[in-house]
Amino acid sequence: MTAALSIRNLCKTYDNGFEALKGVSLEVQQGDFFALLGPNGAGKSTTLGIVSSLVNKSSGEVEVFGHSLDKAHAQAKMCLGVVPQEFNFNQFEKVMDIVTTQAGYYGIAPRLARERAEFYLKKLGLWDKRNQVSRMLSGGMKRRLMIARALVHEPRVLILDEPTAGVDIELRRSMWAFLQEINRAGTTIILTTHYLEEAESLCRNIAIIDHGRIVKNTSIKALLQQLNTETFILDIDPPQSVLPALNGYKARLEDDHTLVVDVEKTQGLSGLFAELSQQRIEVQSMRNKANRLEELFVSLVDKNLKDEKSA
Amino acid sequence: MKPRELFIAFWTIVVKEIRRFMRIWPQTLLPPAITMTLYFIIFGNLIGSRIGEMGGFDYMEYIVPGLIMMSVITNSYGNVVSSFYGTKFQRNVEELLVSPIPNWIILSGYVVGGVSRGVGVGLIVTLLSLFFTDLQVHHLFVTISIVLMTSILFSLGGFINAIYANSFDDISIVPTFILTPLTYLGGVFYSIQLLPEFWQGVSMLNPILYMVNTFRYGILGVSDINIVFAFSMLLAVIAVLFSYSLYLLQKGKGIRS
Repeated sequence: MTAALSIRNLCKTYDNGFEALKGVSLEVQQGDFFALLGPNGAGKSTTLGIVSSLVNKSSGEVEVFGHSLDKAHAQAKMCLGVVPQEFNFNQFEKVMDIVTTQAGYYGIAPRLARERAEFYLKKLGLWDKRNQVSRMLSGGMKRRLMIARALVHEPRVLILDEPTAGVDIELRRSMWAFLQEINRAGTTIILTTHYLEEAESLCRNIAIIDHGRIVKNTSIKALLQQLNTETFILDIDPPQSVLPALNGYKARLEDDHTLVVDVEKTQGLSGLFAELSQQRIEVQSMRNKANRLEELFVSLVDKNLKDEKSA
Repeated sequence: MKPRELFIAFWTIVVKEIRRFMRIWPQTLLPPAITMTLYFIIFGNLIGSRIGEMGGFDYMEYIVPGLIMMSVITNSYGNVVSSFYGTKFQRNVEELLVSPIPNWIILSGYVVGGVSRGVGVGLIVTLLSLFFTDLQVHHLFVTISIVLMTSILFSLGGFINAIYANSFDDISIVPTFILTPLTYLGGVFYSIQLLPEFWQGVSMLNPILYMVNTFRYGILGVSDINIVFAFSMLLAVIAVLFSYSLYLLQKGKGIRS
């Protein structure tokens, strides 16, 4: 099966000499929900900028559904919808005009453009605002407008560069639901995000980019399996003034109600509960100390930094 | 893209451009109407009545073609330079860059947008001039074709200016320091026959002189220059500017990092 997006040995050096990409290669399969993660300045936006034709590459190859961006750019671009990080629509135009104009750029006839605009504006809760000038919209509405605009030509791949940055929790959840819905309907989704919880709950596959290089490209499941130790926070009863003896578990008391335990992959949780039960300590609730993906992300980026320094 | 899709994309840009200058008509259509009416009253009526004839015509009749052409030039240029720079500034040029539209369609769309405003304002000024003089067209084909070619040429000029511009100051430098002086010295208000021989020669280097005089030939049938040469020169300059604009778009100058 042809990959939805295939990037081979992509390099980018900006005019000021900054080497943003140093041979990035990755493939995103059709129907995938894919996250490209990395710290600020790692090369995420440059990679997606090149794929979206907003940044000139220095060398390398990009193919979208088998169409080369160099040799068959129109076919490749027809497959792509792009939601950038910054608002980039005309602030003086009406919501409806912004969406239908974008449809026109893809050669969609006015009547169909209006029908599609109505469908997506309704879907994203902007239909009531269709005749409003775009600068009057709230931040969340502007972000949804960019999604409607990117979908109006019904692309096979939707690229979102930090789609939920600065968006409140309620709106973020509704955007997640919407993205999952269009992914289930067959649209391949590629996103960059700083919210690792977002990547963990939405995406099936992931690539971590750092200093212009891909340091990890795998499935979320495989990545999480690499996690050797997880830290759990337990709310316990009755209160404990002294740390209970937990055979083989590294634990500490944060306060008399809160026990923090590092559980290794080989240990499991049953043994921990058994130990606590023996000492008549009841677990009232339990949670992860930090986002699991975040721990891995930090360790991979740190490792890459050390490798770069030693090289 | 199929031909029909290309046409839809082209027409979308044209409609967007026309919608833009119609939306801000107090900034785009009204000022030239007021300015040109003042020119007609002050230069044509008040001062012109003391000047008498120029090139065998009333002074008012003589300056009307020049003033119409001046409006076409400044509005064609001004429309494209401000619209495309605004598109760059607000970053909504990215809407075009991510789409499959070929560069020649993007350029043609903006040029036709510029021509629409240039010709539109030219028509407004022409209608206003009818309050001050009887306008008769000597040669319709020459009149229409020179207006269209001039408008295309200055739309392309505005496009190149917008591509190079990094600030709003950059889009006003060329109109203020190059375009306006060349227009005033391009035979709008006088025949170059009035100038000493040396300055006549210098004036012949001014491309706007050819446009103004060819248009005047179309309206009045008199000209200081060779019409065939003027058309040939305009065609050549349009070809060069169009090719250069396409090259800049292809390279992504000022719009892609």
